[in-house]
Amino acid sequence: GNLSIILNYFFAGEIFELKAELNSDKKEKKKEAVKKVIASMTVGKDVSALFPDVVNCMQTDNLELKKLVYLYLMNYAKSQPDMAIMAVNTFVKDCEDPNPLIRALAVRTMGCIRVDKITEYLCEPLRKCLKDEDPYVRKTAAVCVAKLHDINAQLVEDQGFLDTLKDLISDSNPMVVANAVAALSEIAESHPNSNLLDLNPQTINKLLTALNECTEWGQIFILDCLANYTPRDDRESQSICERVTPRLSHANSAVVLSAVKVLMKFMEMLPKDLDYYGTLLKKLAPPLVTLLSAEPELQYVALRNINLIVQKRPEILKHEMKVFFVKYNDPIYVKLEKLDIMIRLASQANIAQVLAELKEYATEVDVDFVRKAVRAIGRCAIKVEQSAERCVSTLLDLIQTKVNYVVQEAIVVIKDIFRKYPNKYESVIATLCENLDSLDEPEARAAMIWIVGEYAERIDNADELLESFLEGFHDESTQVQLQLLTAIVKLFLKKPTETQELVQQVLSLATQDSDNPDLRDRGYIYWRLLSTDPVAAKEVVLAEKPLISEETDLIEPTLLDELICHIGSLASVYHKPPSAFVEGSRGVQHKRLPPRSGSPEGAHSGGAAIPEAVPAVIPSQGDLLGDLLNLDLGPPTTGVAPAPTSAMQMGAMDLLGGGLDSLVGGAALNCNCQTLGWYFLPHLQVWLLAMKAKGLEIAGTFSRRGGVIHMELSLTNKAMSVMTDFAIQFNRNSFGLAPAGPLQVLTPLSPNQTTEVSLPLSTVGPVMKMEPLNNLQVAVKNNIDVFYFSCLYPISILFVEDGKMERQVFLATWKDIPNENEAQFHIKDCHLNSDAASSKLQSSNIFTIAKRTVDNQDMLYQSIKLTNGIWVLAELRLQAGNSNYTVSGVLERERYRF
Amino acid sequence: MIGGLFIYNHKGEVLISRVYRDDIGRNAVDAFRVNVIHARQQVRSPVTNIARTSFFHVKRSNIWLAAVTKQNVNAAMVFEFLYKMCDVMTAYFGKISEENIKNNFVLIYELLDEILDFGYPQNSETGALKTFITQQGIKSQHHTKEEQSQITSQVTGQIGWRREGIKYRRNELFLDVLESVNLLMSPQGQVLSAHVSGRVVMKSYLSGMPECKFGMNDKIVIDKQGKGGTADDAGKSELGGSGKQSIAIDDCTFHQCVRLSKFDSERSISFIPPDGEYELMRYRTTKDIILPFRVIPLVREVGRTKLEVKVVIKSNFKPSLLAQKIEVRIPTPLNTSGVQVICMKGKAKYKASENAIVWKIKRMAGMKESQISAEIELLPTNDKKKWARPPISMNFEVPFAPSGLKVRYLKVFEPKLNYSDHDVIKWVRYIGRSGIYETRC
Repeated sequence: GNLSIILNYFFAGEIFELKAELNSDKKEKKKEAVKKVIASMTVGKDVSALFPDVVNCMQTDNLELKKLVYLYLMNYAKSQPDMAIMAVNTFVKDCEDPNPLIRALAVRTMGCIRVDKITEYLCEPLRKCLKDEDPYVRKTAAVCVAKLHDINAQLVEDQGFLDTLKDLISDSNPMVVANAVAALSEIAESHPNSNLLDLNPQTINKLLTALNECTEWGQIFILDCLANYTPRDDRESQSICERVTPRLSHANSAVVLSAVKVLMKFMEMLPKDLDYYGTLLKKLAPPLVTLLSAEPELQYVALRNINLIVQKRPEILKHEMKVFFVKYNDPIYVKLEKLDIMIRLASQANIAQVLAELKEYATEVDVDFVRKAVRAIGRCAIKVEQSAERCVSTLLDLIQTKVNYVVQEAIVVIKDIFRKYPNKYESVIATLCENLDSLDEPEARAAMIWIVGEYAERIDNADELLESFLEGFHDESTQVQLQLLTAIVKLFLKKPTETQELVQQVLSLATQDSDNPDLRDRGYIYWRLLSTDPVAAKEVVLAEKPLISEETDLIEPTLLDELICHIGSLASVYHKPPSAFVEGSRGVQHKRLPPRSGSPEGAHSGGAAIPEAVPAVIPSQGDLLGDLLNLDLGPPTTGVAPAPTSAMQMGAMDLLGGGLDSLVGGAALNCNCQTLGWYFLPHLQVWLLAMKAKGLEIAGTFSRRGGVIHMELSLTNKAMSVMTDFAIQFNRNSFGLAPAGPLQVLTPLSPNQTTEVSLPLSTVGPVMKMEPLNNLQVAVKNNIDVFYFSCLYPISILFVEDGKMERQVFLATWKDIPNENEAQFHIKDCHLNSDAASSKLQSSNIFTIAKRTVDNQDMLYQSIKLTNGIWVLAELRLQAGNSNYTVSGVLERERYRF
Repeated sequence: MIGGLFIYNHKGEVLISRVYRDDIGRNAVDAFRVNVIHARQQVRSPVTNIARTSFFHVKRSNIWLAAVTKQNVNAAMVFEFLYKMCDVMTAYFGKISEENIKNNFVLIYELLDEILDFGYPQNSETGALKTFITQQGIKSQHHTKEEQSQITSQVTGQIGWRREGIKYRRNELFLDVLESVNLLMSPQGQVLSAHVSGRVVMKSYLSGMPECKFGMNDKIVIDKQGKGGTADDAGKSELGGSGKQSIAIDDCTFHQCVRLSKFDSERSISFIPPDGEYELMRYRTTKDIILPFRVIPLVREVGRTKLEVKVVIKSNFKPSLLAQKIEVRIPTPLNTSGVQVICMKGKAKYKASENAIVWKIKRMAGMKESQISAEIELLPTNDKKKWARPPISMNFEVPFAPSGLKVRYLKVFEPKLNYSDHDVIKWVRYIGRSGIYETRC
């Protein structure tokens, strides 16, 4: 407020004073005034108001004053285009000055004044300067073409400046050549398809000649340009390489790196069996190592590039491990990069040294560095099998230090070691478990939980450990929540009897109490898997894990090849293609390595970094994976002959499904789930195909939860336009099913979107006997049309909760039901005892009324009541020591219902 | 290319701001200040990307130099340029400090205009720049036409680092072989890594455009001569090098005056030197290094509150030579409460602010040994983290080259002027210094 007004006031005074001084007659005073103006400009004050006064000082024979005025002009011309015109005459005049330094200064400055009107006046002087007799003027004019192109590309083309620039590549002066190359390269970048930098053997030869003579910077421009050339054959490639290799001894690191880029690229074309190829490989290592004695900032650039080179051609630096050892006083960014390269170079030959170093680093001060060192030890274990044991014991030593972040990092890497070498180092789990309380980082917690879940069968109190994490479930990060969910499901699949409650808890936490879609989805997937197909659940959840790669953080091969073409540049520092950080047309061109000529095996030259497909590490655990029914319905019986899974599954289905005909279809598997409070969710079936319904696809299933039947619908919009206004209706059906409310599709369904709706159903609708009995005809309407489909519902959804019949009534009814109402069938290979079967069935509202044992046979008597009052009575006969069931069922209509 | 160049003081105030490209706005100046200079955490990379703009920075004392770009520039070149800019500024006005920059801001702008055009580095050899960028602006007006074209041909020419027409009454040159020997040794005395990085610095006062040829006991050259037996330079040392032994050079780099293609093909080092002082070459060796000192540490923890440290140093070179400025730095834990030191030679002090015992010995002859013992009292802490035990480091200076490098000759030819190689007075000197010379304990 006030302060800024006061400051402005003072500043206004300052401007006023400067104005007076600028118009002074005394030259010295004028110069001092311009200096003050530039000083104000530097610190960001707006001195544009002085424009006319400063420009008036331009006509001077004092070169220093002239340069200052030019500096001012470059800054403010854009904001005062009309007044900038005032300067044009002086520029044009200066371009004719006998002093080449003044001519060059004028053309250099003029190009920096980005005012359209001025560029018109620039063309003639520029044309002259491009052909000036003095090389200093020509080299300045060459850059000016690039400046002008940046302001008005069309103008540059129309005026023929590009051709003149191309001619300068043949100039006698090496610096003119270098600047022309730089300007052309930049212009070519914004015209990706132009043949501007028409590189051919003749021009290449000129560039290589200039390379020996020009300044260090010019050498960089030329080398960077050369790297864009693709030699015609391996011979040309070799001859260019031969002329570029001397640059590897240049004192300027950028010259060296650009030379390395050209060599790395052209080497692709050389046959591997060529002697020269080997010579070249050997020549590359020393200069790369020398880069590490440069200043730290350059070391950083060099290390980022070496990281790429090591991935592309590991053979170059494989013997140079020691130079990447970290020095105590290296800046942290150098330390971290060196560590990365150490891991990449680690091999059986040098692992002992590397490990000794890493152990040393793990005790340093910088937390990030220490973490990375600990992680590196883990990576060594994975990479060099012979060292794994030593690595693990080193990690255990580090865990004993109890330094919090060291412990956590160690646990994260041990997880990976377990995956790489299963059944080898699990003895350390106990030590890990001791540190459970100190883990406060998500990654470490997740890793520990993974370990507990993965080895649940070996950890006695796995359930307690996991339960302890469950307490604060909602405060955990997603990573931990997901891992906890998976771990508990694993635990359940391994120890189903003791952990039902736990798994129920985590599933409900994940699906009902969480807002996180990933977590909910994973929860539902497990839930459905477990409830529909526990065999599949085991196959999925306890599946063999794919081999973890020896190398981590490897750059994907095509990107790596592209980055090799960008050695020395920012892209190679970021390890990203230029398009990822450069705006506009520049840099979007993807560079590629030239194809290899000569020997065919060369095609895989870059393959060293690509991990080969190796068979999975985790051995088949068929013996651990008991069959479905063992795990699903009871503890495994020892010595069970493993029967084909499909047969067991059939058996389970038959338990009630096939047996009680269509009436009880699918209910068997449901039992298990409802014990745990789950509702029945068989696989979604596609009921309505998109192609038949103008893009609307409906899949669905049925469930019974909380005594209410639900139709679970999944609506997918596979059309191009949005769908709205959904409604649903049922045709009359056997059990009077009808929607209990409208179909609630909350938002318009956009293309490719899927929404899930749960529609509660009542059983008070109109009744008509259907064929088959459980057939349901449905009509769905949306803004596009009305669609019809029919589906089958499992009878089990109709079993009501009060289906337990009095013993006496049961006996009387059983006798009363006529024989023709009775059906009998057998279930094979169902390994559970009568009690277990009984409790499982009860969860599906199939109640056991009585149990009897006759002649070594268990007899279970059961009742079911349907929504429409029909009773079903059943007798289950189990042969002890035999896994076969015999079921007899009878059907009765309740007498007293209207 | 480089889009802009900023210089800041330690507070983040801009001292110099020069924008070369239209895509760099004024906000870039602030972005760097806010995100790097004023960043809460120490910046962990010399390259920072802020909103698709990349910033390269180097620090000289408390001055920040930053180059800005929005393009995929040659990153190595940008850093090389920043270093070069520091060199140029130092050559013009001495130390890079806030005061010097403020006092010379007009000169700096003039230099920046010359050495960076549209973000492309141009000739930045101080020798050439000084001929036409002077602190007296008027002078440039007084160049004759001849002088002007001489300047421009030098700036753009093949020999941009030397001007014509230099004359000395006495032609003289000095060669300094400066080596820094680096060592990392395990507590048991095993060499974990060792290398020498050396520099040959030449200071010459020679008339005209002298052609020079430099020779050293490079194994490759000596072996070649041994086989061929030609020995065009007769192998006789003119500069005092005995030449009895050759050394394997891992790699070397040269000043841009050296004809690299000739080195690549013949391994001969020929050049026309800049006038005055410059660095002719850098090299690195890792084989057969003479380690001037051996450090033998012994650290014993006596209970939880006491450490006993004994360190022996042994000098390992000719008894006739003297090492100087010897300093041994023994780190102490952060919870040190008191230190008692006894040393046989020199002076030792516990420096609490540096967490180290610093033991200094002025001079020490070869093949001698000396010892220090210290008792370190510790405050009890409940800090679980163990003391990291930083390595014991050493500083020294010895009058020989630990790599074994010897200068065999430096020949000067100036065909146009009437002085011959024999008329040139030549001096050579060898200095070996400790680089990072550490022994773990």
